[in-house]
Amino acid sequence: MVTFLTRLINGISLGSVYAIIALGYTMVYGIAKMLNFAHGDVIMVGAYVCFFAVSTYSLPPLVGVLLAMLLCTVLGIVIERLAYKPLRQAPSLAVLITAIGVSYFLQNGAQLLWGSNNKMFPVFLNGDALTLMGGELRVSVATVVNVVVCVVIMLVLTWFTGKTKMGKAMRACSENKAAAQLMGINVDTTISMTFAIGSALAAVAGVLYMSSYPILVPTTGSMPGIKAFTAAVFGGIGSIPGAFLGGLVLGVIEIFAGSYISTQLQNAIVFAVLIVVLLVKPTGLLGKQIREKV
Amino acid sequence: MAAMLEVNDINVYYGAIHAIKGISFEVNEGEVVTLIGANGAGKSTTLKTISGLLHSTTGSISFQGESIVGVPPHKLVSRGLAQVPEGRAVFLQMTVEENLEMGAYTRPNAEIDPGIARVYEQFPRLKERRKQIAGTLSGGEQQMLAMGRALMSSPKLMMLDEPSMGLAPILVEQIFDIIKELHKEGTTILLVEQNARMALSVADRGYVLETGKVVTSGSGQELLDDESVKKAYLGG
Repeated sequence: MVTFLTRLINGISLGSVYAIIALGYTMVYGIAKMLNFAHGDVIMVGAYVCFFAVSTYSLPPLVGVLLAMLLCTVLGIVIERLAYKPLRQAPSLAVLITAIGVSYFLQNGAQLLWGSNNKMFPVFLNGDALTLMGGELRVSVATVVNVVVCVVIMLVLTWFTGKTKMGKAMRACSENKAAAQLMGINVDTTISMTFAIGSALAAVAGVLYMSSYPILVPTTGSMPGIKAFTAAVFGGIGSIPGAFLGGLVLGVIEIFAGSYISTQLQNAIVFAVLIVVLLVKPTGLLGKQIREKV
Repeated sequence: MAAMLEVNDINVYYGAIHAIKGISFEVNEGEVVTLIGANGAGKSTTLKTISGLLHSTTGSISFQGESIVGVPPHKLVSRGLAQVPEGRAVFLQMTVEENLEMGAYTRPNAEIDPGIARVYEQFPRLKERRKQIAGTLSGGEQQMLAMGRALMSSPKLMMLDEPSMGLAPILVEQIFDIIKELHKEGTTILLVEQNARMALSVADRGYVLETGKVVTSGSGQELLDDESVKKAYLGG
């Protein structure tokens, strides 16, 4: 029982990180209607920024995180302006391939700048936050932080897109860009804003991911990136609660698959589940059904 | 006095297709002007060119005496130009009230609530459905919403693209009653329609478009009485 609960908690913890990444994926997809495959590599850049801030310049971890968010926000906006904006009218395949190109560019850029050897990410969050069931069940500080940060981000994004003017403009752009322009909404600014938010979230996720898997290399971002993409599709791409749920479910499946079935098949099982979900419910768990009278 | 909207010799291409071949017309303050013509005559293309979604290779377009060629669409709204797009294009996944808020995107926040109240007065139907997702509205209600949304920006000129499209005759009449009412209140309207009879009956002036050119123009009544217009567009 305790083992089961421990694994469940670990799954939720990992899933929370996936969920944060998936939220960025899903927002960019929802508004720019593109899959930003470079999203995972922004995570890696965020992790490096935080690593150098804390290890090399001995800044406090929180400053490291904020610095990573700031730089990733700028990076996200620059990537969108230089790589994706010129392709606004291009077929989606061209945009997709460009995104893969940006992903390789970031990985190789990181290798050139920071080398390909492993860096040990410093541990900020250690110890247990809770011990339950007579000390047998421990919940680490890292887990609590992951879950709390993820829930807060999800709630803030839900509020932002539901209640604020900018957030509503984002939803309008997501549905119909030409009509949004006719309302006076600057679609380019709105898309930039989305990339900024998504990239800042990626930086947060990068740091949290590193606290569970502290080996930092230039390809660090690709696996969590692809998993989070899976989570976003799993939950219903474009949907904020869907990304949250998809992330959590995926994390739990991954940990359970690894501990009850086989660590070698862990990833295969995760992706197999995705395929099954898409076969049964192609819009994902919480995918939007467009209700429209004809 | 100069016209509110002056379109002078515009030419628009879709790739190799020459869709608009030197169209010129004007809309004066307080007028309802209609562009009528068959499918593919270039009516919607003309509106999209005015609102900046498409571009003309020649000529000029000026609004309130200033050239608006090359001004991005989102900047025209705050200058007082609103467009109700073809097919309504309401935000289907947003509520009626959110759609109206989007219409007032360029306006100060203080104007939103009075603006919404005004639209509800004009379209009581929308008030009943204010919390509903726009995708669940009927076609006529969506058209009302699209018009209400455009009114939210307090436009000086409102451009309507085929408001009668796909609506039952009774709803078409309702929509045209609203246009008449807006006209009475002094709103300047540029109306693009396939339903020539309805459009000409509310319009001060009209232009007949055929394959990208203006072939005839005149007052609404003149065009209703014109033999060739009767034959081609009014069913004899």
